[in-house]
Amino acid sequence: MNTKVTIGGVEFKNPVLTASGTFGSGMEYSDFVDLNRLGGIITKGVANVPWEGNPVPRVAETYGGMLNAIGLQNPGICVFIERDLPFLEQYDTKKIVNVCGKSVEDYLDVVEKLGDTSVDMLEINVSCPNVKEGAIAFGQKADCLYDITSQIKKKAKQPVIMKLSPNVTDIAEMAKAAEAAGADGLSLINTLTGMKIDVHRRTFALANRTGGLSGPAIKPVAVRMVYQAAQAVKIPVIGMGGIATAEDAIEFLLAGASAVAVGAMNFVNPYTTVEILEGIEAYMRKYEVEDIGELIGGVR
Amino acid sequence: MSKKKKVQAVVISQKMIAPDIYDLWLQTELAREANAGQFVGVYPNDKSHLLPRPISICQVERDKGALRLVYRLAGAGTGEFATWQPGQVAEVLGVLGNGFPVKEWTGKQIALLGGGIGIPPMLELARELKEQGDRPVIVVGYRDKDLFLCEELQGYGRVLIATQDGSVGVNGNVLDVMREENLSPEVMMACGPMPMLRAVKAFAAQRGVKAYLSLEERMACGVGACLGCVCKTVGKDHHSHVNNARICTEGPVFDAQEVDI
Repeated sequence: MNTKVTIGGVEFKNPVLTASGTFGSGMEYSDFVDLNRLGGIITKGVANVPWEGNPVPRVAETYGGMLNAIGLQNPGICVFIERDLPFLEQYDTKKIVNVCGKSVEDYLDVVEKLGDTSVDMLEINVSCPNVKEGAIAFGQKADCLYDITSQIKKKAKQPVIMKLSPNVTDIAEMAKAAEAAGADGLSLINTLTGMKIDVHRRTFALANRTGGLSGPAIKPVAVRMVYQAAQAVKIPVIGMGGIATAEDAIEFLLAGASAVAVGAMNFVNPYTTVEILEGIEAYMRKYEVEDIGELIGGVR
Repeated sequence: MSKKKKVQAVVISQKMIAPDIYDLWLQTELAREANAGQFVGVYPNDKSHLLPRPISICQVERDKGALRLVYRLAGAGTGEFATWQPGQVAEVLGVLGNGFPVKEWTGKQIALLGGGIGIPPMLELARELKEQGDRPVIVVGYRDKDLFLCEELQGYGRVLIATQDGSVGVNGNVLDVMREENLSPEVMMACGPMPMLRAVKAFAAQRGVKAYLSLEERMACGVGACLGCVCKTVGKDHHSHVNNARICTEGPVFDAQEVDI
């Protein structure tokens, strides 16, 4: 049975990854999960300098999901390279760094600093809905996405995955723009912009007022968008959005994703990633699937 | 520090001890590693409510593997917990957070301050202090005459009471008790609502005494990954170097001088 998948020339031992912002750099979940078992770890977003993020409250639960407006708090690329990367290097798993920035120059700074490191792949965050400058501004207009993707591709030494926002009118157009600019792959979906109001206090549940919705509540939206993006491009797609079980993960594979990432469900069950991996293997045995590639894009 | 894990606990008993205040005993291996000031994340069984509810540890019986949680019914999640009967299986994440520096201050004059649903962790704290021979002054603040845990606390030190409506003890809050009784402890350990903790911080700063505050914030993961539950710190925080410490991981107990609340 083969569970290996290849994305942008990088071979993953299995298609189960962690979604950015839900797994730190792996350290916090190493009590629960043997990180060696994961196909890869997509880190929390890293900028060129430390970002302090938004005021609290930053999280709120919603029916079958949650809103967050962390605001990409992160220690900056230097601390990441000095502290988090050596931690990740202890494990036999692929290291994908999620890169964020307020300007194209910010992104390029991080991409260049990661150039000569052991990082396997870059995921460019042009889709965070919770920061005022940058991020999503690059991910909601096809020409802006094309521009930043091509500039990053010129500097990047690792394969570049563009993480797309679901908060767009036409996901296929965005997917095509990233592909045309040379992206090695796409990942989607980031969170859906939402809002919750505390009726008892008569105020917004989040200090940022709006936040990104994640969790099982968004999965059908994510499956639809992954399908549409995968149909629109030839580059591989990493699917994410509310994945809780192996069946969910297989749904994304069948919709056209070459790999999947587990996000909010890490908070609900810290063992989710490994349970999904075992569930995928059980599914492959049950249906006599020799190679996981048979599942990818299996439903057209 | 022991490894964190998510386990299945079994409800031993539960009763309401004041309006909306529930006293829940769980059978769980987590009890073996739990200390005063730490907390656990309790998951609703109704999976439309996904996130663990952070609940402070009120009492630990290590030998029996029993953990006592006293919580306030505040919404859908705790609303479900309140219906749990003996034998009910509950999923619990723990043990989380750092806890109070119990050993560090032995032999000193210690004041414990609990306000409202910040009172439960004071019970385990007082119990651990008694085990090492310390006898703190315990100041507890309630809304009204519906007291809880008060009698039990009396087994561990002198208990002084404040109520917001003046129905029992001093009319006011725990700081009013401190002033009226002219208490001057060498260290204060507090848990309660934010205005109370700010007042404790100011009181301690004014008198030049040490204070430890147990903070609360909306959380998602409970283990330091999501960065949801941060509080402003005076110095650079350990994780992100941006003066934002994670309450679930660097806390919930902080040296009052180190947090900007």
